[in-house]
Amino acid sequence: MNTPEQPQQSRFGALLHAAPFGNLNGSADNLEPLRCPRVLNARTARCAVFLAPLLLTACQVVVLDPKGPVGLANKTILIDSLAIMLVIVLPTLVATLAFAWWFRTSNARAFYLPEWAYSGRIEMIVWSIPLMVIMLLGGVAWIGSHDLDPAKPLASTTPALEVQAVSLDWKWLFIYPSQGVASVNRLVVPAGAPIHFSLTSASVMNAFFVPQLGSMIATMNGMTTQLNLQADAPGTFHGLSSQFSGDGFSDMHFDVLALPAEQFTAWIEATRKTGPILTPETYTALTRQSVNIRPFTFRAVTAGLFQQIITRQLPPGPGPEAGRPNPSVSPRTEK
Amino acid sequence: MFGKLSWAAIPFDQPIPLIAGSIVIFVVLAVIAWIVLSGHLPYLWREWVTSVDHKRIGVMYVLLGLVMLLRGFIDAIMMRSQQAFAYRTPGYLPPEHYDQIFSAHGTIMIFFGAMPLVIGLMNFVVPLQLGVRDVAFPTLNSVGFWLTATGALLVNLSLVIGEFSRAGWLPYPPLSELTYSPGVGVDYYLWALEISGVGTLLAGINLITTILKLHAPGMTYMRMPMFCWTALASNLLIVAAFPILTATLTMLVLDRYFGFHFFTNEAGGNMMMFVNLIWAWGHPEVYILVLPAFGVFSEVVSTFSRRPLFGYRSMVAATMAICIISFTVWLHHFFTMGGGADVNAMFGIASMIIAVPTGVKIFNWLFTMYGGRIVYSTPMLWAIGFMVTFVIGGMTGVLLAMPPADFVLHESLFLVAHFHNVIIGSVLFGAFAGYAYWFPKAFGFRLHEGLGKAAFWLTLVGFYVVFVPLYIAGLSGMTRRLQHFDVAAWRPWILIAAIGILIMACAAACQIAQLVVSIRQREALRDQTGDPWNGRSLEWATPSPPPAFNFAVLPNVRGEEAYWGMKQRALEQAKLGEEPAYVDIEMPRNSPTGFVCAFFATFMGFALIWHIWWMVGLAALGAYATFVVFAWRDKDEYIIPAETVARIDRVNRSARNAVLARHEGAP
Repeated sequence: MNTPEQPQQSRFGALLHAAPFGNLNGSADNLEPLRCPRVLNARTARCAVFLAPLLLTACQVVVLDPKGPVGLANKTILIDSLAIMLVIVLPTLVATLAFAWWFRTSNARAFYLPEWAYSGRIEMIVWSIPLMVIMLLGGVAWIGSHDLDPAKPLASTTPALEVQAVSLDWKWLFIYPSQGVASVNRLVVPAGAPIHFSLTSASVMNAFFVPQLGSMIATMNGMTTQLNLQADAPGTFHGLSSQFSGDGFSDMHFDVLALPAEQFTAWIEATRKTGPILTPETYTALTRQSVNIRPFTFRAVTAGLFQQIITRQLPPGPGPEAGRPNPSVSPRTEK
Repeated sequence: MFGKLSWAAIPFDQPIPLIAGSIVIFVVLAVIAWIVLSGHLPYLWREWVTSVDHKRIGVMYVLLGLVMLLRGFIDAIMMRSQQAFAYRTPGYLPPEHYDQIFSAHGTIMIFFGAMPLVIGLMNFVVPLQLGVRDVAFPTLNSVGFWLTATGALLVNLSLVIGEFSRAGWLPYPPLSELTYSPGVGVDYYLWALEISGVGTLLAGINLITTILKLHAPGMTYMRMPMFCWTALASNLLIVAAFPILTATLTMLVLDRYFGFHFFTNEAGGNMMMFVNLIWAWGHPEVYILVLPAFGVFSEVVSTFSRRPLFGYRSMVAATMAICIISFTVWLHHFFTMGGGADVNAMFGIASMIIAVPTGVKIFNWLFTMYGGRIVYSTPMLWAIGFMVTFVIGGMTGVLLAMPPADFVLHESLFLVAHFHNVIIGSVLFGAFAGYAYWFPKAFGFRLHEGLGKAAFWLTLVGFYVVFVPLYIAGLSGMTRRLQHFDVAAWRPWILIAAIGILIMACAAACQIAQLVVSIRQREALRDQTGDPWNGRSLEWATPSPPPAFNFAVLPNVRGEEAYWGMKQRALEQAKLGEEPAYVDIEMPRNSPTGFVCAFFATFMGFALIWHIWWMVGLAALGAYATFVVFAWRDKDEYIIPAETVARIDRVNRSARNAVLARHEGAP
């Protein structure tokens, strides 16, 4: 009944295009059944014109507008679970309000049962309905958890790109081990190819999350987590840390640039030509606390650096310098 | 001499905490000065501070909860307004301050707002409903309350001396370790919760013992009011879960104070162990809060629908099922830590299973309303608002319990909206329902209905205006705890939420106005009979407010809904039962033990936070000495003579006879 392959954006987009003509009911025929509630009349359409700026931004409900197979599957399971629950939740809400209204003291037509306190039949129903719904949802959860296990490789004919991600205070480092380059605060990937991430943290816990690509995963010092994602088409996506990590947390976001395969290769080639080298020394300098680091790249990476981070041969980040307020954090100094 | 404490600890450079702190100190000093100058101090000391009466302690708990609720709400206003301003700008709160605000908001709301409210209601109501004269350990009860107050005091002290934790309301290591949080903020958090956690544990032990061991004659388990059952389940959870919290925080204390490595990055520490342990307490904590609220709603829905609670045994089973299952779901707080598909799926399903008994409860309240004659008083409005809101919150909760959906919603504003949806929708609504429902019992006059209803509607509307946008912001990929942001798509939702919080501020103003107006109009709102709502359980058999001994003679319980049965028999026979033979009643003597002990605990906590070791030693000695003095006291009870009991009870009986006569005359 839902249409996961139809992103939410087009639904709002259609509404906006239709609105100025004031004939939403007519144009709705061209749309998917779910797209446009038929109760909308001309007045709401006019409202939509005024609300257009709001709706324009509203259409970027990115979790419902995924750009890769993982995000799509997350969204499908989200919508499906919601639909299954609404089957029971909506009648409950209606019944609550209806009972509360009908059995008001002033309603002479309502009957009164001053003693009634037990009915085996109703008891059985009220236990078994939630139980059956939960059995169904439990099945969805079991299958979904296994299908969408972040560590599970994506089915694809293209070999996966290896990326090693490190969360630092407060920036992201992405190492491309096969290509021998690295990037700070910008992730560049080929569109249409699966990406396999190995993730860790240089200091405190963080979580790597690109909402439009799907599942997030935590990063922890001394440990590696696995994540598989894919961007279906070229584009720029917003990525961020979704686990609070201290004073500079708000600036721990990055852009994900999905490029066509040949452009990605070109980017790798260009990256190899300029920039510093990521060695244990430059890495250690990077672990010091800082915010608002402009994206930059390393033209080469010391082999096995990620291994040295996760085995703590390279020590964890030093944390703040002494004092209060923390001198290394002066919000929004650059930019 | 003073450890880490120096003048640098006072935030002279930061106007916001300084001004806020000065105002609070001024108000507190003004109140104390007024109390002393108007000669109320002896009364306050004798009747409240040293009181071991469960009703007085319950009232003090609720008062503490309401004041802290206001403090936490001010934090909420600051968070919402900061985010409303901080689009592509730094806003008005720098990160090191904003991080304290949201950490304090969560800590205060859960530990010092919600917990005192529910424990206060249980303390006040449970002995009355069981038909007994006090809790099992009255002095311990007082100690528990004052230790909770100590924790609240320490958290609020951090506003002006030093700083509060910047690591969130649950301080995940390694961020909360010394390396990454070298300041005293986390120490304030740790010691406030260590001390108040002991207080909560004492309250839990006390109430369990009371429910299991003290009953009026004939008050068997299956005749207990629903609120007593939920109180039992909640306190069982307290006793099982709070030691986990205390132990976990102690491990973090050892890490920070003695260089242990339980959760550090180095030397074999494992931060995931902290996350596991804290949520092994944290999830039962949710049910510690919510179960008593369920109990309140059971009482309220039944009373104001003029019907017995539907499916009482089913409700008991559901309550105890929630009590047990709540210990098997904690991992759903960190599906994204990479636990693996089997583990995630198991805990996801376990979390969903809790929705079954919870759903049963909703349906049973629904069928309690079915065939009722519903009176729309303020408590009933809170109950109906709860049923609608909680069903929605429960639904988004099951979505979050679905691991693949949680992978895109975890730690987002969707999650924030969800847990506010369930906690505000159940615990806060429940606390306000209980507050309005039992207020006349505690003080002898009802609360102003009009302002109460205004507060309800403003809270309900304000709640949805705040949190529906946050759900959508979460679906738009906005994570929580952002001090500033520059994604345009999030902004409209944050602005709408800021409008919502203004509506909720009006609701808070209504609540305060309601209390003030009700006190001023107390003669008009006086509850003459002790049974203002036509109640069904034993607390309504006592006068309002109840005498120190609650019941002149312990009631003889003959079935479920004990007081309803008594009323029906009185109506049938057209008279009250025979006047009983009054005897002397022994009641526990007041004791300053709790207050003095908490006094020392406050200094001990403060000294531990600032590494003032000599003061730690002195305060520990003082607290120990307090107990020794208490243990050696000779007289621990006093006698209320039979004549006094008879005099008080005859007034109560004449009030009930008047009601009976009116009832006779009516048809």
